[in-house]
Amino acid sequence: MKPKRNLDREFSRTDPCVKLVIDKIEKENYRPDALIEILHVAQNAYGYLPMEVLSFIAKELRLPPSRVYATVTFYHLFSLKPRGDHTCLVCTGTACYVKGAQAILEELENKFHLKPGEVTCDKKLGLRTARCIEGCGLAPVVVVDEEVLSNVKPEEINDKVLAKMGVKV
Amino acid sequence: MNRQDLQLIAEQTNIKHKQYKHKVCVCCGAGCIFSGSKKILQNLQDTVKAQGKKKDIEVVPTGCMGPCNEGPLIKMMPQNTIYQKVKNEMVPAILQSHIIENKPIEKWLLFKNSKQKPFINSLQAPFFKKQRKIVLKDCGDINPESIEDYIVSGGYKALERVLFEMSSEEVIAQIKQSRLRGRGGAGFPTGIKWETVNKYVADQKYVICNGDEGDPGAFMDRSVLEGNPHRVLEGMIIAGYATGASKGYVYIRGEYPLAIKRFELACQQARKSGLLGLNILGSTFHFEVNIRIGAGAYVCGEETALIASIEGKRGNPRPRPPFPAEVGLWGKPTLINNVETLACVASIITHGGEWYAQIGTPKSGGTKVFSLAGKINYSGLIEVPMGTSLREIVFNIGGGIPGGQKFKAAQTGGPSGGCIPAEHLDVKMDYENLVALGSIMGSGGLIVMDETSDMVDVARFFMEFCVDESCGKCVPCRVGTKVLYDILTKICQRQASMKDLEKLEELALFVKATSLCGLGMAAPNPLLSTLRYFKNEYLNYVNLQAALQPS
Repeated sequence: MKPKRNLDREFSRTDPCVKLVIDKIEKENYRPDALIEILHVAQNAYGYLPMEVLSFIAKELRLPPSRVYATVTFYHLFSLKPRGDHTCLVCTGTACYVKGAQAILEELENKFHLKPGEVTCDKKLGLRTARCIEGCGLAPVVVVDEEVLSNVKPEEINDKVLAKMGVKV
Repeated sequence: MNRQDLQLIAEQTNIKHKQYKHKVCVCCGAGCIFSGSKKILQNLQDTVKAQGKKKDIEVVPTGCMGPCNEGPLIKMMPQNTIYQKVKNEMVPAILQSHIIENKPIEKWLLFKNSKQKPFINSLQAPFFKKQRKIVLKDCGDINPESIEDYIVSGGYKALERVLFEMSSEEVIAQIKQSRLRGRGGAGFPTGIKWETVNKYVADQKYVICNGDEGDPGAFMDRSVLEGNPHRVLEGMIIAGYATGASKGYVYIRGEYPLAIKRFELACQQARKSGLLGLNILGSTFHFEVNIRIGAGAYVCGEETALIASIEGKRGNPRPRPPFPAEVGLWGKPTLINNVETLACVASIITHGGEWYAQIGTPKSGGTKVFSLAGKINYSGLIEVPMGTSLREIVFNIGGGIPGGQKFKAAQTGGPSGGCIPAEHLDVKMDYENLVALGSIMGSGGLIVMDETSDMVDVARFFMEFCVDESCGKCVPCRVGTKVLYDILTKICQRQASMKDLEKLEELALFVKATSLCGLGMAAPNPLLSTLRYFKNEYLNYVNLQAALQPS
């Protein structure tokens, strides 16, 4: 028997992204073991994982919400908070560490008053760190939006980020 | 498709390639893409088209060529001339001078700005000369998005042989003879693992390819998946045949979108060509592959955690035994091999186990791929025979330490490994020797450090990683790593006493002995190995503190 769909109508009408999630759930045949795959799709659609989407997925897959929440918080790639308009990702892998990623991170933290994982008050910029983006030959590496900056020097990083944000330096 | 069609595709593709007089390979490995090689590829294609040379010059995107920090790289065939740091404005000049006038442009050759002499045939450079490529054989030469290119270079020949000429026992015998050991780091003999899974009787068995390359500073699996995905797929299908599994899962890190895309494409192409699915190549063997995308958890590289993650759960490991070979994915016998291990399989079948075993050392057969990074002149992807000395890797292949600094240590095995100091530069790199030095082979990340690196801070860096990545299931790992991290921080802040140092060592050994899974058991390794070789640095921090304190 196909599981009965407990769709919150209001929620689905105001949210076009929910279709992507439903499509994926149907494609995976409501199998609870596809939870992580479905979360990937949801995060790509929304940019993060809103709580109501998590309870929706839990209902659809007939999983306890605690199981879904526990899975989301276990994995680093999933985020419960919205991202900023621009994202600055500092790689803190071993090669970048050896070549001075810490100084770059401090420079950014001081300039934008952010800690990794936070977003500025105006939601313009989010600062994140990555374990390793495996661009080790180009270390230290910073990714601003989609662009990879290689051999970054601490003194130049702030200007580069501001330029990417469209702020005149 | 059946057996004969495979041969036919190879011949047809060969004829197609031979129509061109020249071939330009553009490295589209992750490193070069980061440096902008996609634009170069587009530019080359446009320029060739604009000059009306589309029938003479073939432009091919390929996987990683090796020297990543010199990218974007392009390789001119058949001379094997590599140009480094290619910019858009250099493209017409290279085409004009190198191809039309047959005059290579010396100032842009690979390794031009270094002590290594540039060669017209770049493969003559020490960086390449000391390498032996088996896993990376076609990486950097063929288009990873074309199954025909893989077939023309001998791909799926091994699978064909296995399906029609060998029994599963014969396949396992070859793998055992090759002395291939798990390339994920632990080094368990692959043949024995296959044999164990083969022995269990079950209605369903699984093959899992572990591509959750979580070690920071390791990018071998990614390069193989991106540069030659069909090779991994072929290895998986052969593993399925040998163990009696009909389903496979590939677990790829979510951080590797390109690897996921290329592997997905490879599966689609293979399915279309009858190399995946029901009755492969017209035989009675069925095999299907699914892709699972990781979501960023280091512990998922551990096999039982990986299985939990494929089942859609938190990646918590469980005690072993029972091993996954007996009770694995959904309780069924499961073979788990690393990407690189599976990428070796096709060559072993083609050339025989004995051939492979001869390449390495008596205990570890074959070659190992390393990703070389850190304070080194040429960082990138290399493949050397097992037993190559560290000195050779760092100074011959890697071109030594930049900026006139001295070599201090090489870190292998990531957060589970250790540091090899300068006095052991002549160590022959294989599983046993590295363990004897307090490190591990690991998946192959090799980070070089020079005199400016503070080894206590290095230990703290890795411990912070383990604190963050501990899944929290067992106490020694969850609490132990945190306490170790706090003590290390205290030392770095010059607030620790000798007593703290003693406690540090005692606790490290305790965490190592009592943790549930590999993550916790190996988490103290970087700390213990720096303590072993660089105790002075620890003492410096502690003594200074003692001197400051009023007696």
